[in-house]
Amino acid sequence: MTKADVLNPPVEPAEWSPPSRGVVAVICLIVTETALFMIFIVAYLFYIGKSLSGPYPSEVLTTPVIATICLLSSSLTIVLAERAFERANAGGFRLWWTGTIFLGAVFLALTAVEWWELIAGPRLTINSNLFGTTFYSLVGLHASHVIVGLTLLTLALILFLRGHVRAEHAERIKLISWYWHFVDVAWVAVFTVVYVIGR
Amino acid sequence: MGAREIALTPGIGTLSTMTLRLHDLAVTTDHKKLGLMYVGAGLVFFIVAGLLAAVMRLQLAAPDNGVVSPHVFNRLFTMHGTSMVFLVGMPIIAGMMNYLVPLMVGARDMAFPRLNAFGFWMFLFGGLLLYFSYLAAPGITGAGSAPDVGWFAYSPLTARAFSRGHSTDYWILSLLLSGVGSIVSAINVIATAVSLRCKGMTMMRLPLFVWLSIVTSFMILLALAPLSAAQIMLLLDRFLDARFFDTQAGGSALLWQHFFWIFGHPEVYILIIPAFACLSEIIPVFSRKPIFGYPIMVAATTMIAFISLGVWAHHMFTVGMISLGNIFFATSTFMVAVPTGIKIFNWLATMYGGNLRFEPPMLFCVGFLFQFLIAGLTGVMLGVAPFDWQLHDSYFVVAHFHYTLVGAFLFGIFAGIYYWYPKAVGRMLDRRLGFWHFWLLAVGFHMTFDPQHFLGFLGMPRRIYTYDAGRGWEVYNLISSVGVALQAAGIMCFVVNLVRSYLKGEPAGEDPWDAWTLEWATTSPPPEYNFETLPVVRSSRPLWDLKHPEDPDWRYE
Repeated sequence: MTKADVLNPPVEPAEWSPPSRGVVAVICLIVTETALFMIFIVAYLFYIGKSLSGPYPSEVLTTPVIATICLLSSSLTIVLAERAFERANAGGFRLWWTGTIFLGAVFLALTAVEWWELIAGPRLTINSNLFGTTFYSLVGLHASHVIVGLTLLTLALILFLRGHVRAEHAERIKLISWYWHFVDVAWVAVFTVVYVIGR
Repeated sequence: MGAREIALTPGIGTLSTMTLRLHDLAVTTDHKKLGLMYVGAGLVFFIVAGLLAAVMRLQLAAPDNGVVSPHVFNRLFTMHGTSMVFLVGMPIIAGMMNYLVPLMVGARDMAFPRLNAFGFWMFLFGGLLLYFSYLAAPGITGAGSAPDVGWFAYSPLTARAFSRGHSTDYWILSLLLSGVGSIVSAINVIATAVSLRCKGMTMMRLPLFVWLSIVTSFMILLALAPLSAAQIMLLLDRFLDARFFDTQAGGSALLWQHFFWIFGHPEVYILIIPAFACLSEIIPVFSRKPIFGYPIMVAATTMIAFISLGVWAHHMFTVGMISLGNIFFATSTFMVAVPTGIKIFNWLATMYGGNLRFEPPMLFCVGFLFQFLIAGLTGVMLGVAPFDWQLHDSYFVVAHFHYTLVGAFLFGIFAGIYYWYPKAVGRMLDRRLGFWHFWLLAVGFHMTFDPQHFLGFLGMPRRIYTYDAGRGWEVYNLISSVGVALQAAGIMCFVVNLVRSYLKGEPAGEDPWDAWTLEWATTSPPPEYNFETLPVVRSSRPLWDLKHPEDPDWRYE
């Protein structure tokens, strides 16, 4: 009996389809990102009400309603974009994907406005007090993830418009959308901690 | 154009083979080359960090010694600890997983070869950056040198006021870099082990090495990110005057301890689990028996990983927690001993009644079993909060964790290197030098670290640069320092063995140990593509099936 015979036995094993490497890797990435966020969230929770001097969150924070609506609805538009892609509906994909980028960009712009107002108005900066430190680092960590997500989305859009994104890339489109959903869910956590519990 | 071609050709011709080889290493994405580069770089840092330890032992050999100043001593133990964990332990386990996981699951490379190369270079430049601090950390203020805040860099030592210059910044940035490297390599290992399995390799047919690699990589994902987060906070504190660990502004130095140990405790399991992985492959082969209780081994390892995420504050009993905290972390610490005990009994049961062959890999495994048992027992002792209040920050703790990291981790890794070196190089390591290596290292190890338990009982604190005569510490310290010389001699044997066997070792052939996992089914060293045709397996010991067609394993699985 030769090696080939045993390593390739006459009786073939049943169907063989291990999960795709991209799916596994993105799940792992999201796990480790979650751990990263957890530490910043714990720091935020730990320091609620511990600032020795103002400005305090109850005085300066306003709930970012529009930004939150934008970001959460972008999860919906990206699902619609994905569905359009699966049905080979190029127009629909372009529309919803661009819509997602737009909503994400609006969110980011509103965060920028919020920060501008906090810095220019009550002079809350990262070294004002513990609230400033934890607020800017947690919201900033999230915003940096939005920027990464927007970069991925925009890159995919450019490649799509140039005709480089084809049906076989459906999984990559799906993985970008997973990352985007993660950014969304992270915002739900950040929102709850900063604007609901922390105020 | 023709002229240009003529001008170019001799240029390429004059490149020496050495340059071409180095170029090849710099651009390679081959998991085997990267794996060896990881292990090689790890061993170089091992020698350097070992020398740092030797200088410390020289300083402590006699009371009131003046070999190094207190400041230099602080740098020595910081660099020694940081290097051994991040630049020795992490790359060596990453290298072994890189080299072996694709071969063991019957794949041609890792899932993401370029990401793999990225991870390696991140680690290497992180490591070089850490040592570059000796030159560059003084910065323009002229204060500071290498990091001197201990490997756990407790706050407020790391605050600007107490750590001037850039030494702490180098500590943060180099570990952030190598941390990113560890995370991407962990993602890669999991994706490879889960997605690139050859046909028929179900999860419960994976070699235990692969299973344990998955578990350890998962722990890297969960543990390294918190460290990175804490380091980002520290960086914000130091550069943007943020207040995270600034006690003047209400910040908490204690929070850093929690964040650090949320990483720090899983980290020791991240290191030891790959050593478990080596044992789980080597002991069966050298006992001529399949591993005892495969599914229990997988379950026990997963349990260790899970529990180890909830034990971190046993490093902080002396800080003063509420008694519920003490009880919780003491109990969870005891609980880790249960799955760990299961593993030890399973290895023993594998050996029991087996046809034992005491080749160097097996010797190191047996050494591991003894030393890891003692390490575990002193670990349980330290898990008892009141006992820890007495002995915290004493040499007893130093002895305990060196038992785990040298007596267990290092012995396990050496077992692995003796076992897989023939596969990677195509030549056997010399047996006699292997025995010398083992016995010198083992005797030296016990001379160095056994007396440190007693030093701890006698009240000698960690991290002191010298001590007065007449406290009863002299003899133990002297024995401890002499042991270092024996360990160094053992390591010398190892290095000589590596080099000599590479040049003129006995050819190994495909399968020198008569083993059962797929890496032994290809040539030694394996070709770049690993397997000509991708294997198909039907049991967890495919090579047993190959060698014993009359009685294959898959009949019973």
